[in-house]
Amino acid sequence: MSIAAPDFRALEPSIKGRSLWSDAWRRLRQNLAATTSLVVLALIALACIVGPWLLPHPFDEVYWDAISAPPDFANGFYFGTDENGRDLLVRTLHGGRVSLSVGLVATLVSLVIGVLWGAVAGFVGGRVDAVMMRFVDILYALPFVFFVILLTVMFGRNILLIYVAIGAISWLDMARIVRGQAIGLRRKEFVVAATASGVSTFDIVRRHILPNTLGPVIVYVTLTVPSVILTESFISFLGLGVQEPSTSWGVLISEGAQVMETAWWALVFPGAFLAVTLFCFNFIGDGLRDALDPRDR
Amino acid sequence: MLSYAIRRLFGTLPTLLLIVAIAFFMMRLAPGGPFDKERRVSVAVEQNLIKAYRLDESLPMQFVRYLGNVLQGDFGPSFQYKDFSVTELIWSGFPVSLALGGAAILIATVLGLLLGALAALRQNGPVDYAVMATAMTGIAIPNFVVAPVLTLFFGLMLGWLPVGGWSGIDNAILPVTALCLPQVAVIARLTRGSMIEVLRGNYIRTARAKGLPERLVVARHAMRAALVPVVSYLGPAVAAIITGSIVIEQIFGIPGIGRYFVQGALNRDYTLVMGVTIFYGALIILFNLAVDLIYGLLDPKVRYD
Repeated sequence: MSIAAPDFRALEPSIKGRSLWSDAWRRLRQNLAATTSLVVLALIALACIVGPWLLPHPFDEVYWDAISAPPDFANGFYFGTDENGRDLLVRTLHGGRVSLSVGLVATLVSLVIGVLWGAVAGFVGGRVDAVMMRFVDILYALPFVFFVILLTVMFGRNILLIYVAIGAISWLDMARIVRGQAIGLRRKEFVVAATASGVSTFDIVRRHILPNTLGPVIVYVTLTVPSVILTESFISFLGLGVQEPSTSWGVLISEGAQVMETAWWALVFPGAFLAVTLFCFNFIGDGLRDALDPRDR
Repeated sequence: MLSYAIRRLFGTLPTLLLIVAIAFFMMRLAPGGPFDKERRVSVAVEQNLIKAYRLDESLPMQFVRYLGNVLQGDFGPSFQYKDFSVTELIWSGFPVSLALGGAAILIATVLGLLLGALAALRQNGPVDYAVMATAMTGIAIPNFVVAPVLTLFFGLMLGWLPVGGWSGIDNAILPVTALCLPQVAVIARLTRGSMIEVLRGNYIRTARAKGLPERLVVARHAMRAALVPVVSYLGPAVAAIITGSIVIEQIFGIPGIGRYFVQGALNRDYTLVMGVTIFYGALIILFNLAVDLIYGLLDPKVRYD
């Protein structure tokens, strides 16, 4: 019979450390506006993902006997119908899928470009940094929305193109933030140690620089998502974005604005969804900044 | 100062060149031309059209020619509005867009500064919370939602103001309001933040200690320093107002440049869309330059060398 080794794992919970992340999470939970926004946003996202499957009406089904019908609980048109007789609730949720996915995908595109650009410029430094950031400065002055509109007009209104084009114009601030962080990190002992022991530049950026820029990056991501959603809505509002029968919040608001004299519901419901979503992202962004950025406290 | 300004002016040239180049080559790489419509013209006519617009030359040649023309203020003929040159269209819309955008930026700055300063002086009081909550609303609700709602309320339900057109002051109230609201919100937030920071400064304490009335402390000492971040935001603010005015002009049927841009984009009117993009790009760059120069006048720490 052998003697069991003492089980040190039992001791661990009592000496649990407080990491930056658990600290931040605690501060975020104390922020009422941010927590409420998180819950509301989760509900909106869930409704947009699951809703179109659960509702009785397909988003592109035309009901000829219910054109521009007001909200009505009896026949299941809870938000009413549009001027083509399509159920507005399911169209609002479907539009939410498009708008939210544009927000996520385009932000992801901008995240990848911006973080890589900024990390390389900041870490390599010297002439490379000067050239890369001068390029960013030049791009800063361009009226980008015009170029996205040019792109969508010329290469067809492809939803994928809108994703990538909006993402490709939103990375400049991200690059600047990450560069600023990377410059500070370059001189830190652990980075010097990694360089001295022969780790390649790519691995240093990946293993040491990027994880340490995460805080400001996360804050900025939550502020990029609403601005991207807004850009897509703006382009769609002008009739240059998502095409029929698919829709987005921008398209629905544009259609609603044209018929608001007779059908207020066509403007009010999509407008409210868009506004509440933007509200939530802004509050979460502000809350995260307070929670993660020690300078702001 | 003057030599700095001139050097900065030359510094904007590569950016302007880049704008022209991107606009030009993007347009030319695009599939579909201005002459493929539903109603096809005969081959001979199409050949003549292509010759008339010099689309048969090599791409670099066309670019150099276009660049030369742009430098002389000539954006070429509009493909859609055949009796007008793009330059004529831009200049016919510009006074209207300028009046709309200028009024919006002016009101946004004044109102934003006042509200922000007020919130900072009453920090954490009910006035502060009210201003900041309103600002958050202004930032979160885009102006293409605000504009129809304002029209619905003041134009249709109350019947106080006209819902469209452009002929007098009462026509301008709703569009200018919708256009400046988001910027009022951002400027108020910025002013509040920097004002709170500034009011903690030693020289403010000194000014108060020597018995200066609070009104003068704020107006003469605090405001000047608090203006610095606001001025540096004015560049992006003008860009946002210009972009926003495209939507606002569309909603209220205002005959400015924005409407031509949207029409041009829908009609694939190459020269018009390029012309407007370059024109607005140049405008934004020049304004940013002006903002940088004003910045130096406000912040004594900035030195030109």
